[in-house]
Amino acid sequence: MPAVSETRETVEKLAKSNYEWGFETNVEMDLAPKGLNEDIVRLISARKKEPQWMLEWRLKAFRAWQEMSEPNWAKVKHPPIDYQDAHYFAQPKKKDGPKSLDEVDPELLKTYEKLGIPLHEQEMLAGVEGAGQKTPVAVDAVFDSVSVATTFRKTLAEAGVIFCPISEAIIEHPELVKKYLGTVVPVADNFFSALNSAVFTDGSFVYVPKGVRCPMELSTYFRINARNTGQFERTLIIAEDQATVSYLEGCTAPQRDENQLHAAVVELVAMEDAFIKYSTVQNWYPGDENGKGGIYNFVTKRGICKGDRARISWTQVETGSAITWKYPSCILAGKGSVGEFYSVAVTNGHQQADTGTKMIHLAPDTRSTIVAKTISAGQSDSTYRGLVRMQPKARNGRNFTQCDSLLIGDQCGAHTVPYIESRNMSARIEHEATTSKISEDQLFYCRSRGFSEEEAVGLIVNGFCREVLKELPMEFAVEAQKLLQISLEGSVG
Amino acid sequence: MSDFLKIEGLKAQIDADGTSKEILKGLDLTIPKGEVHVIMGPNGSGKSTLSYVLAGREDYEVTGGSAHFKGQDLLELEPEERAALGVFLAFQSPVELPGVNNANFLRTAVNAVRKARGEEELDAVSFLKLAREETGRLSMSGEMLKRAVNVGFSGGEKKRNEVLQMRLLKPSLAILDETDSGLDIDALRIVADGVNSLRGPDFSSLVITHHQRLLDYIVPDRVHVMAHGRIIHSGGPEVATLLEKQGYKQFLEAAA
Repeated sequence: MPAVSETRETVEKLAKSNYEWGFETNVEMDLAPKGLNEDIVRLISARKKEPQWMLEWRLKAFRAWQEMSEPNWAKVKHPPIDYQDAHYFAQPKKKDGPKSLDEVDPELLKTYEKLGIPLHEQEMLAGVEGAGQKTPVAVDAVFDSVSVATTFRKTLAEAGVIFCPISEAIIEHPELVKKYLGTVVPVADNFFSALNSAVFTDGSFVYVPKGVRCPMELSTYFRINARNTGQFERTLIIAEDQATVSYLEGCTAPQRDENQLHAAVVELVAMEDAFIKYSTVQNWYPGDENGKGGIYNFVTKRGICKGDRARISWTQVETGSAITWKYPSCILAGKGSVGEFYSVAVTNGHQQADTGTKMIHLAPDTRSTIVAKTISAGQSDSTYRGLVRMQPKARNGRNFTQCDSLLIGDQCGAHTVPYIESRNMSARIEHEATTSKISEDQLFYCRSRGFSEEEAVGLIVNGFCREVLKELPMEFAVEAQKLLQISLEGSVG
Repeated sequence: MSDFLKIEGLKAQIDADGTSKEILKGLDLTIPKGEVHVIMGPNGSGKSTLSYVLAGREDYEVTGGSAHFKGQDLLELEPEERAALGVFLAFQSPVELPGVNNANFLRTAVNAVRKARGEEELDAVSFLKLAREETGRLSMSGEMLKRAVNVGFSGGEKKRNEVLQMRLLKPSLAILDETDSGLDIDALRIVADGVNSLRGPDFSSLVITHHQRLLDYIVPDRVHVMAHGRIIHSGGPEVATLLEKQGYKQFLEAAA
């Protein structure tokens, strides 16, 4: 059914969505000079008081990066990025790292309050006691790549779980960091991961020992605040044999006219029978209705199922960023290991998203599931790009892929680019794909039942994404649903 | 105000492939408060178009005449405003909403309408209690509340789901567009009961049907014969019996 003028009007209104998280926080910043060279890398390492091996690791990455060029295969367009025109180190001014929440700049706390992050221990405890509505969530807040507070560390430590800023892990747990950092995403894996390896300033580190089920959800909130800075966080999660952990990340940034670069690297390591669930709600600033400003979100996320029957599950709700370039992947190296990817990508206005996953089946009886939902509105462009590879040893490997695209209006685009490679005759790979529009029938049906047009769109979109949203932890799912509604409705109504 | 719904000289057309086709050609119809009226007519006479125009579907362009409900100009209102005013359309082909939980959909709809009417919204618990009573009454499985709206429903289940919505939304004007078509006799009884139980001084209904058999269960106050976009004959329940026996021919000839 063709879009009638009403739908087009709605879309035009939708495109002017207001970004609710566009505020700026006045925190005194400690900035490194603009530009990127070996001295800056050395400065970052020195400021983080890192050991020599870490500095060498960074320098190796930096030298590799200098030899590389930006990837150009993604279906995204942007003006050339001047990597010398950004600050690679920005830190809220503090003599030492804050030891408790009392020491944290009150302005920062206010920011987190605005973001709705339950940072206060009190609030958190109240939440726990409050009729069991909220499950406790341990939060690590990363502000311009610097971790400012991590909550619930004591409870976690009692269970043997390490959850701390990665900068701290480098100093406190060097043996673990050394053993795993860069093993899933090698330093020179790609242009952006190399850049990240050279200049990352913080991120989260999680270690769950053998047989431990992490007693609570772990969560990191990332926020880019400073002007002309890039955010390069680094996350490393290790789950030993039979360990289980669920990790959430949320992200926002102030509204700015210039584009800002976000190039994160996330590495997951799951040993025998371990399970890592990694959920993302990404809401970086997408730019204004004319496509000005917004975050370039160039992220490398990869997990390895090292042990037999290990399982890694990625769930992502991507509503923000001017450009998203992101392919959370699973290397299925353990026998019978399982990789999952559940994704909702919403683009509106002039946003561009090229996202998907890679499932690399190395061992026998490995299974992977991909469910990708793409919603395009306004003049946006969205691409699902996914690779399923069955290596010769992936006997009885199985993959199921489902890609559904929903178009709103007639000025947006949706593309599906699946790459399927099978080198084992017994492997089974299924791929299903659909493209649909919100039909006038559906809209009219809802409206005749009393829904406004925006409510109807929100309802239909949430229904479309249900298979993915149900994979999110409860509280995050509610947040994600609201976010979908806001991303598509904006200032309407 | 005894004229609850008043339609005068209503003309409407639909644009398809660049040409517009007039479907309603000056239709007059009045339904007083508390009455149930039936419209019967041959295929293509414009019955469904009338129901869509009254509910506010935008594919149809109203080119003349008027439609007032409770003294308000219906044609000026958005579909959701008409719903709040008390207009309900039971669809001939209910639409599927993949992934949208039926109970959620119903509760949101009920509360949207209650809010617009200045009534208190129902919380999840009291809504579910109400919904369970109503599904029971309609001999629907409670399971249907958990499924996606109309997805994978049989024809009969879809129609019952429409009646369920009608009962929950408590309209003052229910338009039933061939809700009886494709129903077996038990389902027909249940649907009819759904309508009859709402009958009262503040409830009017416009029932569009092809079959006289529905009128064994819903006894109308008036029966209208529709053809070529107009009402060509009106009378009491006996008109339906006459139609069943002799067909539309005599009415068409009389109108010609």
